Amino acid sequence: MAEPASDGGLSFHPMDQFIIKPLFGAAGDKVAWYTVTNLTLWMALAVVCVLGLFVLATRRRAIVPSRGQSVAELFYGFVYKMVEDVTGKDAVRYFPYIFTIFLFIFFANFLALIPMSFSPTSHIAVTAVLGFGVFFAVTILGFVKNGASFLGLFWVSSAPLVLRPILAVIEVISYFVRPVSHSIRLAGNIMAGHAVLKVFAGFAAVTAVAPVAVLGVVAIYGLEVLVSAIQAYVFTILTCVYLKDALHPSH
Amino acid sequence: MAEPIEQELAGECVNSIGNAIGMPQLCDAWFGNQIFWLIVTLVVIYLVLTKIALPRISAVLAERSGTISNDLAAAEDLKRQAVEAEAAYEKALADARSEAQRISEEARASIKSDLDAAIARADEKIAAKSAESEKQIAEIRAGAMTSVAEVARDVAGEIVKALGGKADASAVNAAVDARVKGN
Repeated sequence: MAEPASDGGLSFHPMDQFIIKPLFGAAGDKVAWYTVTNLTLWMALAVVCVLGLFVLATRRRAIVPSRGQSVAELFYGFVYKMVEDVTGKDAVRYFPYIFTIFLFIFFANFLALIPMSFSPTSHIAVTAVLGFGVFFAVTILGFVKNGASFLGLFWVSSAPLVLRPILAVIEVISYFVRPVSHSIRLAGNIMAGHAVLKVFAGFAAVTAVAPVAVLGVVAIYGLEVLVSAIQAYVFTILTCVYLKDALHPSH
Repeated sequence: MAEPIEQELAGECVNSIGNAIGMPQLCDAWFGNQIFWLIVTLVVIYLVLTKIALPRISAVLAERSGTISNDLAAAEDLKRQAVEAEAAYEKALADARSEAQRISEEARASIKSDLDAAIARADEKIAAKSAESEKQIAEIRAGAMTSVAEVARDVAGEIVKALGGKADASAVNAAVDARVKGN
């Protein structure tokens, strides 16, 4: 996708923003699993945001909340209600895990909108860990809670008997596709948005189309703000839906 | 990024001038780093939430809903008191009104009885006066009758004398009495 730089011509490197670089040391140093990289920095900033909003802003434990505390309570109430409504009242014990996922994706998405920043959630490795983590957690939880009757999830008892084997095959396939779509949806949205932003920004260097390109950047940026929040929401609500299948596998 | 970097160190994902080769997302040399730091981040966020943030926020929310329900109960109580006070006020007002009515009724009754007594007394006096006057009138009338008889007798005697007769007093009297009674 990225063309090698050619002298004199227009050169786009929309994917360069996704390169993982060591924070310390020379560019091009080897990136080991423990290396502190730009990814580490922006994930750490997400943690800092969580700390700021949920520890610093709530430190006064005010009955009449300050602005920061009400935002924290708003997040809490939003996700708590989502878990309660989608998954059920018995699922609120899994709320901290779901809230962790939501806050990480939310802050990673929004921090990535800062110019010159790095977007961890655009990386398929990151979202795949999240998506497959949810998949394995939900599957193991389903078998632990329901035993073999968890397999009833694939046996659609409300369908005619002849259709049930066919439906079971489809259900099994869709079940195993879940983590793939779950993770690619998030990474794809974020990566595409940021790449498009970069392409528009590249066109802004050409005087003739610069106004259009700048307007395009503004429009796509607005879209990306929506996408950041919506993808965090979608990932979380799908996690709730999958968790519901594990807790109540009957159709 | 412009200066050349060593190809072997950068791996197969970045070219000699630092541009990405293909999608950096698919560069498996970086997967370990990404997964490691993601897990670290998630664990840190999870610990921050479960150790500090969530207990704090849920405590604040519980406390707030408790405070709100207490305040609502207090407001309910105050409202009930206000209703009671209003009822008491209405009752006092009604009592005062009926009291005033009773007092004015009493005053009216006593005035009426006084008036009746005065009227009765006045009627009595008037009746006595008119009876007395009637008696006097009767006396005067009786007096006048006797005077008329006397004058008639005298006049009759004189007329008889003037006519040259001899006035027999007893005959004249009888004649006059007969005449006067005839009237």
